[in-house]
Amino acid sequence: MLKIDNIYKTFNPGTITEKVALRGVSLHLKPGDFVTVIGGNGAGKSTLMNSIAGTFKVDKGSIVIDGEDITKWGEHKRAKYIGRVFQDPMMGTAANMQIEENLAIASRRGRMPTLSWSSPAAQREVFREQLKSLNLGLEDRLESKVGLLSGGQRQALTLLMATLVEPKLLLLDEHTAALDPKTAAQVLALTNDIVNSRKLTTLMITHNMKDALSCGNRLIMLHDGKILIDVSGEEKKHLTIRDLLAMFEKAAGSELNSDALLLS
Amino acid sequence: MDLIIPTISQGLLWSLLAIGVFITFRVLDIADLTVEGSFPLGAATAAAGLLAGWHPLTAIAVAAIAGMLSGVVTGFLCTKLRIPALLAGILTMIALYSVNLHVMGKANLSLLQVDTVFNIYGAGNISQGNMILLVGFIFVLLTGIVCYWFFGTEIGAAIRATGCNQHMIRANGINTDVTIILGLVISNALVAVSGALVAQANGFADVGMGVGTIVIGLASVIIGEVLFGTRSFKNCLVSVILGSLVYRAVIAIVLQMGMPPNDLKLFTAILVAIALSMPLFQGKLKKRKVTG
Repeated sequence: MLKIDNIYKTFNPGTITEKVALRGVSLHLKPGDFVTVIGGNGAGKSTLMNSIAGTFKVDKGSIVIDGEDITKWGEHKRAKYIGRVFQDPMMGTAANMQIEENLAIASRRGRMPTLSWSSPAAQREVFREQLKSLNLGLEDRLESKVGLLSGGQRQALTLLMATLVEPKLLLLDEHTAALDPKTAAQVLALTNDIVNSRKLTTLMITHNMKDALSCGNRLIMLHDGKILIDVSGEEKKHLTIRDLLAMFEKAAGSELNSDALLLS
Repeated sequence: MDLIIPTISQGLLWSLLAIGVFITFRVLDIADLTVEGSFPLGAATAAAGLLAGWHPLTAIAVAAIAGMLSGVVTGFLCTKLRIPALLAGILTMIALYSVNLHVMGKANLSLLQVDTVFNIYGAGNISQGNMILLVGFIFVLLTGIVCYWFFGTEIGAAIRATGCNQHMIRANGINTDVTIILGLVISNALVAVSGALVAQANGFADVGMGVGTIVIGLASVIIGEVLFGTRSFKNCLVSVILGSLVYRAVIAIVLQMGMPPNDLKLFTAILVAIALSMPLFQGKLKKRKVTG
């Protein structure tokens, strides 16, 4: 479904702040793969995500989704195939607009907007049904401004919006990191529900090793702009945090020293 | 008393400018200074057209198209060339000063000898003053209805979302360069029409008539929002139009009270500065109430 071949990305090349973020990353995802991505700060997780989403173009290499080469496509064009949830709960929704208006926009992802009315009454029942499945009581608040919702509610809504039109690839960029632990667990459960029930091909960055192990069928660990560890299937099922640390030491030749990863 | 009708008429004609400023300042979240050039551009285009013998409605339509083009230029500068929106507007505004002189051929055109949109209808049964009121009302009503409809459509919703959250709308497949340009085009078209109408009502077009229009537009938008609310898009549109009327009334009153006309721009600037800083003072007042 997703074929990334040997991509490179350097920020601010030739300057004092030059940062090589990706050095030859290749990753092939089969349809229905749910891949969790971990790695310390600066390992290249978000760069990988943004390269796929098209926030910037990669320096070298290619990105292919479902047989179509999207390497040179702009961000908005790639949205046809890609659903996204950001780390910042404010980023995925338009605060000044109603829940209904946000959903209406998401329901058109990937097609040109027209001059027909944006929030037709016909869609209302569908939205209500979909919101009900979130169990947040949002189905009765279709006309509320999204800005009135909590971070967790906004993240759940963004998740719903990203999957309203079935994406060929779902990108989750530490989408629970900014939430309190209880809300984070709820949003993660919802994520598992949606991804597993609809067999969505998904790439999820997380800071939490436990989540990375418990979710999905494959785990990759980035280090210094490269994929260091890649486990899947049965092997991943039986993997523990201790195993993961041992694998890291063996592969990287040094101890893992990312507090963020170890403490969570 | 005899000031009421002219005040309302001016308020209506200038409210198209206010709606244009509302579209950029509030909907797109850009302070677009192009209006300082596109307002006199509309006036200049319409005036030159009328003197060349065009039908007044044709002149207004061509003025609208000219305004659109100025919006395209600012939009191109700030999206494709990545020039900050404020600076892009200033560049277009300055460029338009020369353009306006070319359009008019000189710095000032008198329209007293030609037919305007305010005196070709009514066959002399209605006074010019009442005609301005009537025509202004029709233009504002049509503009309000069309804006309400357009910003409720899929394309309109995409423009509103662009002003609110560009990340979100790009993640949903919308090219924000296009929506920003489109918003600037619509805004400057309305501003140019406002200029075309004001020139015909006042009987002249002047290359300097754009000075301070952005502040007049902002004053109308803010006065309207404070006095008449912002609950929904429809509410916002009505507020902006009423805000323009209130602004004209305030100006008429202070002039009546003896303020020299030369101080008008200073007065307006202070008014807008106070209005824009309102949220800060409101926050401080609230705090004092809580603690005290």
